[in-house]
Amino acid sequence: MSRARTDPATAEQAAASAALGAPVAPTRVHVAGQWRLMWWKFRKHRLALWSGVLVLLIYVVALFAPFVAPKDPNDYASAYLYAPPMPVEVSLRGPQGEFGLFFKSYELTATTDPLTLEKTYVINRDALVPLGFFAPTEPYSMLGLPMNRVLFGPVNYEQPFYLLGADRLGRDVYSRVIHGTRVSMTVGLVGVLISLVLGIVLGGISGYFGGFVDDAVQRTIEFLKSIPTIPLWMGLAAAIPTVWSPIAVYFMVTVILSLVGWTGLAREVRGRFMALKSEDFVTAARLDGCSEMRIVLRHMVPSFASHIIATLTLAIPTMILAETALSFLGIGLRPPVVSWGVLLQEAQNIRTIATAPWLFAPGVAVVVSVLALNFLGDGLRDAADPYA
Amino acid sequence: MRQIPMREPDTLLEVRDLATHFFTDEGVVRAVDGASFDIPRGKTLCIVGESGSGKSVMARAVMGLTRAPGRVVGGSVLWCPDQDGQATDLATLHGNSRAYRAIRGPEIGMIFQEPMAALSPVHTIGTQLAESVRSRHAVSKRETRERGIEALARVGIPEPAARYDQYGFELSGGMRQRAMIAMALAAEPKLLIADEPTTALDVTTQAGILDLILDLQSETGMTVMFITHDLGVVAEIADSVAVMYLGRVVEHADVDTAFHAPAHPYTEALLRALPSIHAKTGERLAAIPGMVPHPFARPAGCAFHPRCHRFRPGLCETREPENVPVAPGHGARCLLLKPARKAAAE
Amino acid sequence: MTEMLLEIRDLCKHYPLGGPGLLRRRAVPVVRAVDRVSFDIAEGETLSLVGESGCGKTTLGKTIMRAHPATSGEMRYRRADGSIVDLGRLDGAALKAAHREIRMIFQDPNGSLNPRLSVRDIVGEPLRVRRIAQGAALEKRVAELLEKVGLRPEYLHRYPHAFSGGERQRIGIARALALDPRLVVADEAVSALDVSIQAQTLNLLSDLKSEFGLTFLFIAHDLSVVRHISDRVAVMYVGRMVELAKTEALFTRPRHPYTEALMSSVPIPDPRLRRARKRIRLAGEVASPINSPSGCAFHPRCPYATEICVRDVPQLRPTGGGLAACHHAETLELAGVSHIAEGAE
Repeated sequence: MSRARTDPATAEQAAASAALGAPVAPTRVHVAGQWRLMWWKFRKHRLALWSGVLVLLIYVVALFAPFVAPKDPNDYASAYLYAPPMPVEVSLRGPQGEFGLFFKSYELTATTDPLTLEKTYVINRDALVPLGFFAPTEPYSMLGLPMNRVLFGPVNYEQPFYLLGADRLGRDVYSRVIHGTRVSMTVGLVGVLISLVLGIVLGGISGYFGGFVDDAVQRTIEFLKSIPTIPLWMGLAAAIPTVWSPIAVYFMVTVILSLVGWTGLAREVRGRFMALKSEDFVTAARLDGCSEMRIVLRHMVPSFASHIIATLTLAIPTMILAETALSFLGIGLRPPVVSWGVLLQEAQNIRTIATAPWLFAPGVAVVVSVLALNFLGDGLRDAADPYA
Repeated sequence: MRQIPMREPDTLLEVRDLATHFFTDEGVVRAVDGASFDIPRGKTLCIVGESGSGKSVMARAVMGLTRAPGRVVGGSVLWCPDQDGQATDLATLHGNSRAYRAIRGPEIGMIFQEPMAALSPVHTIGTQLAESVRSRHAVSKRETRERGIEALARVGIPEPAARYDQYGFELSGGMRQRAMIAMALAAEPKLLIADEPTTALDVTTQAGILDLILDLQSETGMTVMFITHDLGVVAEIADSVAVMYLGRVVEHADVDTAFHAPAHPYTEALLRALPSIHAKTGERLAAIPGMVPHPFARPAGCAFHPRCHRFRPGLCETREPENVPVAPGHGARCLLLKPARKAAAE
Repeated sequence: MTEMLLEIRDLCKHYPLGGPGLLRRRAVPVVRAVDRVSFDIAEGETLSLVGESGCGKTTLGKTIMRAHPATSGEMRYRRADGSIVDLGRLDGAALKAAHREIRMIFQDPNGSLNPRLSVRDIVGEPLRVRRIAQGAALEKRVAELLEKVGLRPEYLHRYPHAFSGGERQRIGIARALALDPRLVVADEAVSALDVSIQAQTLNLLSDLKSEFGLTFLFIAHDLSVVRHISDRVAVMYVGRMVELAKTEALFTRPRHPYTEALMSSVPIPDPRLRRARKRIRLAGEVASPINSPSGCAFHPRCPYATEICVRDVPQLRPTGGGLAACHHAETLELAGVSHIAEGAE
């Protein structure tokens, strides 16, 4: 019994230090904040981690598109209409017999069948196209900087180079897909940003105040969700004046997409607010004397900021797909703007599918980026609650 | 299934050196680490311990329901349903195997702390009861229903015929737990494993459930393994007690000995730490200092030594205690104890 | 006689069950979670509220804390400067000032600590928002508070997930102490804790009580804990107070049949007693606060119920030194726990 009468605090501290003395104790967890715990948890999700790297890469490509693309997306060549992809050969010997890593390809020669008028391309082994990194090109400007080299292309700029074939005007599909990344990946971002503001503000108001406001916002969401998407897009797109510049149309499209796209996020935010409102720690903050503003910003928002990031990542692919669908239908972006949806318009008929399947390359780009964003979003969502 | 002869034919379940480890990213949690005990037929064994003692993990291991990333890594669970003394080692069976499923349910019934989690929200009480009845008897649909209603009546549910067609969420907490017991018992199991079945209930409801388990036991002669953290509940229903601390059974004894002459300092301290409803107000409680250690920071030697009031430096933190038989049917894992025979000789 | 700190008079908290419909108006059933409860707490005493789940004890605590508004009734509180205020009518700065003196300890140490904030931010939050301390001074004060509750001051920058359940509850206690309170409402403060940790925490609470002269409103369901810690005990059943008495009196000689049944249901950690004692088995279920029985809400389960119990609602009235709401309080010979214990020995 004597032990019980000693100061409980000191006795306990002695015990605690004895218990924590073991070297295996993961002490780093003790001082880790939520973001660091999230990173630890996210890191374990391999697929999401690699998807994240891929997404980053796609955005780097978008940012430096003119440098990555070997050709100007609008350069056309009548000798190369619907030309198939050119083969790329790698050798360890240069033209003079020197050692090193050398890339080369060959020009294509077209022959036309006199009866059917069908064009067939054969590889012309005599017309060598040497390829190389940092190949010189015509001067262009990127992000305001004057440039005259591209990442990878023909050493002699005048020579043709079609890595993914050509379209009906003999334009390089590969370069066009690279340039399309810019518009397609950013239309998502801008749209999501507008949805984010709308979603958080409306969802937050709805969840925090409840009652009549909540009812009104929820019914609006249900109304918006009940309208079939494609007719809604078409209706809104019809409202864009045809005389507007492609850039103005581009911004209108993002606005249209986000006006419909905020509902999911608003529901997410509302649900979080409602769940958190009844948490004891929010009551505790109120009893501590925090103002409503401080309760929301300091005690509630940090608890679901990570969820919002995850939801956002999952919203971007929806926006990309919507843009693609709109443009494909001819009511979104229009040429000469280069986006994946615009490019896919080229692949709208059966003949193309049969004769020039490489025109689907933008479709592959859409699938890859949408999948990568989805995997990334899933990983973030799992990591978003590091205390689970 | 390989048959193993039992040492004691009167034992229904014998657990030897059972170990369940959880392989997490941060490291291996040795939730159960060499637990041994046995349950004689028709008796009630209470497994008592604080949170983190591994008592629930152990119960799940016996039922073959260890959840990933946990795994049974050692020891044996000898199940001896008949008095022929031939036992099956359940630890060698896969949790999802046909053989295990033939035992879990019909032979070993289970009830849990939160009946709502175990009751299906989309099936009526009756549908779930019927399944349990059919696992034991191949009977007609009508007879299944009659037996189901009878089972509900037996656990003291008023208007059993009406309740039979209701859903779990339509019942109160106490009634749900009774329905769970009815389901577990409809298959007439030989062993009932009850994992904290009254923890979520109010005291008056708890009293009713404990009475019910005792009544059913004297009626059917079933064996009960009761997991709880509440020493009051233990005193009410146990025949024998196994006290767990950090994954090991530190003491096992019959209930009177465990409460009135405990051998292990942890059991002793636990009993003294309880506030008593009989005690005069304001007396200081004899608290156990410190906290249950983090599973990654398991103390060396005797795991209880940092909190022990009989701690002997140089001994307790250096050696792992073995089970010391203090008296017949009474053993404790403490380095300060001497085996019964030696103690008598001295 | 010490002065009253808090006087509760006819306090009611009724909830409408579900909101009004969007399109049609319907009659909304009302949950009488707390129904005309009155009691006093004297300065320096510990009053416990006991009862089973759904009896309204937690709602009562939260109503006093103004976590939600009361439906009706008065909550007169005597402030440190001697002025008397009605907690139900305070708002804005006045309420904030009152909450400096009345603090709360929550039941669930996991839910009441924001996992995204460090211990310094959790315990220091009331100091910061009230501009009492900032920067280094705040850290020093938080470290002091941690030492007071038996945690190491180095834990300042740790997050709640790095602590065990018992340690988390100590953080919650440190937060309650941060503003030097006079009245602490402890809502099931030790219920979620293990036996060994519960004993430490109870000892800590009584140490803090004598050190700071605190007054406690202790909400609990465990009668053993209640007997250990309280000066007086109030028993609640379906939103109403059925008995209020000094702890010793209540446990040795209860005046309400519900109190007797409650005490008789408590499992006693002594296997020898179980054969000796006779338990009162309560029939039926706890009544619903939406549609409570006529007369005395306990009558359908009460072994002593008579005609009058079905007809008239019993009022809380002085009986044998305490208060009891039973028509037969004077005539019934009810057994307390000490009686059971003596009977066994």
